[in-house]
Amino acid sequence: MQFGLSEEQVLLQDNVNRFLSDQVPLDRVRQYAEEDGNTDADIWKGLTELGIPALLVPEANGGIGLNPLDAAIVAECLGYHVTPGPFLGSAIMAPVALTRAGGQEERLGQLAAGELRIGIAFGEAMGTRADAGFSIEDGKINGKSLFAFDAEADAYLVADKNRCLHVVSAADVSRTPLVTVDKTRRTVELSYNNSPAELISDDPVAYEACLDAGRVMLAADTLGAAQNMLDQAVAYAKERKQFNRAIASFQAVKHMCAEMAAQLEPCRAMVWFAAHALAELPDEARLTACHTKAHLAEVGKSVAKTATEVHGGMGFTDLLGLHYWFKRCGSNRQWLGAPEFVREEAARLQGLTA
Amino acid sequence: MDLSFGPEYEQFREEVRDFLNEHGGDAPKNAALRSPELIAWQKRLIEHGYTARTIPKEYGGYGAEPNIIQSRIIAEEFAAARVSAGMGGQGISMLVPTLLELGSEEQKQQFIRPTIEGEMIWCQGYSEPGAGSDLASLTTSAVLDGDEWVVNGQKIWTSTAHLADWIFCLVRTEPDAPKHKGISFLLFKMDTPGIEVRPLVDMTGVANFNETFFTDVRVPKGQIVGARGQGWQVANSILGFERDSLGDPNIMLTRLNALIELMKTETIDGIRMIDNPVYRDRLMQIQGRVMAMQFNDLRILSSRINKGQDAGLARMVVKLQGTELRHELEGLAVDIMGEVGLAFGKNPYLRGGGSWQNQYMFFLGLIIGGGTSQIQKNIISERGLDMPREPKVQEG
Repeated sequence: MQFGLSEEQVLLQDNVNRFLSDQVPLDRVRQYAEEDGNTDADIWKGLTELGIPALLVPEANGGIGLNPLDAAIVAECLGYHVTPGPFLGSAIMAPVALTRAGGQEERLGQLAAGELRIGIAFGEAMGTRADAGFSIEDGKINGKSLFAFDAEADAYLVADKNRCLHVVSAADVSRTPLVTVDKTRRTVELSYNNSPAELISDDPVAYEACLDAGRVMLAADTLGAAQNMLDQAVAYAKERKQFNRAIASFQAVKHMCAEMAAQLEPCRAMVWFAAHALAELPDEARLTACHTKAHLAEVGKSVAKTATEVHGGMGFTDLLGLHYWFKRCGSNRQWLGAPEFVREEAARLQGLTA
Repeated sequence: MDLSFGPEYEQFREEVRDFLNEHGGDAPKNAALRSPELIAWQKRLIEHGYTARTIPKEYGGYGAEPNIIQSRIIAEEFAAARVSAGMGGQGISMLVPTLLELGSEEQKQQFIRPTIEGEMIWCQGYSEPGAGSDLASLTTSAVLDGDEWVVNGQKIWTSTAHLADWIFCLVRTEPDAPKHKGISFLLFKMDTPGIEVRPLVDMTGVANFNETFFTDVRVPKGQIVGARGQGWQVANSILGFERDSLGDPNIMLTRLNALIELMKTETIDGIRMIDNPVYRDRLMQIQGRVMAMQFNDLRILSSRINKGQDAGLARMVVKLQGTELRHELEGLAVDIMGEVGLAFGKNPYLRGGGSWQNQYMFFLGLIIGGGTSQIQKNIISERGLDMPREPKVQEG
């Protein structure tokens, strides 16, 4: 029995963290966030050299064929460094969906090589908001998806109300940026006008596996982002002096930090388990994915608020950039199901809904 | 990541199950302390190695090598079968581990066997009216007079003092030493002249703990564990045992499942509470948090089996998170029932034998006891996050 990371996994974590600290520091994130035309292509290229897009692609298709726990470790690193890039779609949800769908060897190979970016448009399947909505007939799609991710994708994995999965080329849709509070990842509106939609799977299980994986990775991203905020809060409290002493020596401040740690530390084991379950424990995978997504959303929200407060006025400014982590936790919370919806799904999975 | 215990352990699990199938029905229910049937059951459990498992045979235990996985399997199977896995109490859970570590050979011979067999009941004399979170400021004194210590002072929150045969007690023996270095750890009989026990009724209406007064209580000189002035280290070597036993996620899971059943049976206007989306969401929130603590527990277990795996912070948060969560879980059950949830004592509408209200209040006691939530936060921030201690207030 060994519940934890292997030596190889710790090594992977170190490698990704080192790359991100060196090559994608906060200044680079700011540049991406503040400049309209700035692309994340160089960041993704660097991560591709580390093999990140190939993690979940089977070896037979040119990937590395690792398991979701390895991917969750990377997701945590990306959250820790608020890294821009198409990881969620291109390295997680698309490989899982295409592998389940079958007959997608060519695309899987391109994904693994970092030559293809596939974004995600799941709003229709999860519940449409505002004026979103589309219809698909005879392989043609009409209507629109909102808040599709990412903005630089070559194609989109589009889920319809029947939980069927389609691939729509970016070249066949018109794309409008939808600016959100989280500028570390860009979302778009996709307008479909008789655009070709290739049905790749009508099996709800493929959709569910893809969604579960996406949710666990968002939870892992929040784990990393919240951990960074806690680390920054503790470090700041030790530096900052008021009343002739470090504010870290005041119980009011210490207890805020202790509460963050007490909430966050068990989340680490939860994310590990949920990621492990995706591949190894099919009976538990769906329920733990829902609960992990919802629980990390709540803890992330609480830590993001508290860590900002520990920084006092500086936490509220743009100078420290702490807000990038706050907003990252915020968007992770809403994407792929806000906590109330995901918890209702957890209840449904256990037969607790009428 | 490997969550299986392996085939040799599955074999062991089968053995435990077979024992429970065959003998589980013999476990006494609600038997009084020191009753023959309770002691007989306790001895039977020791004989099979299901309690006192790692305590050496010469002191009355089963004498197995410590094996965390086997202990875990025993706990899981007894919990699943709802059979008592042996007696608890502060003698067994706290004093015995202390004696094994720091007691003299004579003390081990004298005390361990009758304690684990359930014939010798202990209480713990630590807290005082003026020494709670700041336990080291305790003032109950012991002065050596010939071959005897003479003890004077008062303890409070002494659970089961009214039932106990013996007490393990922290007393100040070196009044001139710094406060942590002037304490000694004494053992004495509760029928010694000069001891008065007054019951202290708690908010659940039960008098499980007491105020205990000592007036010129004479204790043989040799009934000290460790050296004079080392009582603080002796006590701290076992406080960890107490904290580990609070906030057990396996018991939490049992209560959560009972709560789900309650929500399926309790109704308002004929509609089941589980069908009310507001309460259902609160249930799901709690379930998610219980899950996090279960996986946290697996991580801690793994860190004890596999060297080099660090779970220090994971372990440090268990008492705080576990007791607070359990209090909320029990409180949700009360909310689910509305005014029916207020039923207490003799009331025909009592649910679950009144356990929901009772545990809701009892866990508030555990949030405070064994190191308050605020003390836990000091520990987490100072030892876990390396934040500085609050500066000492200048005396005088």
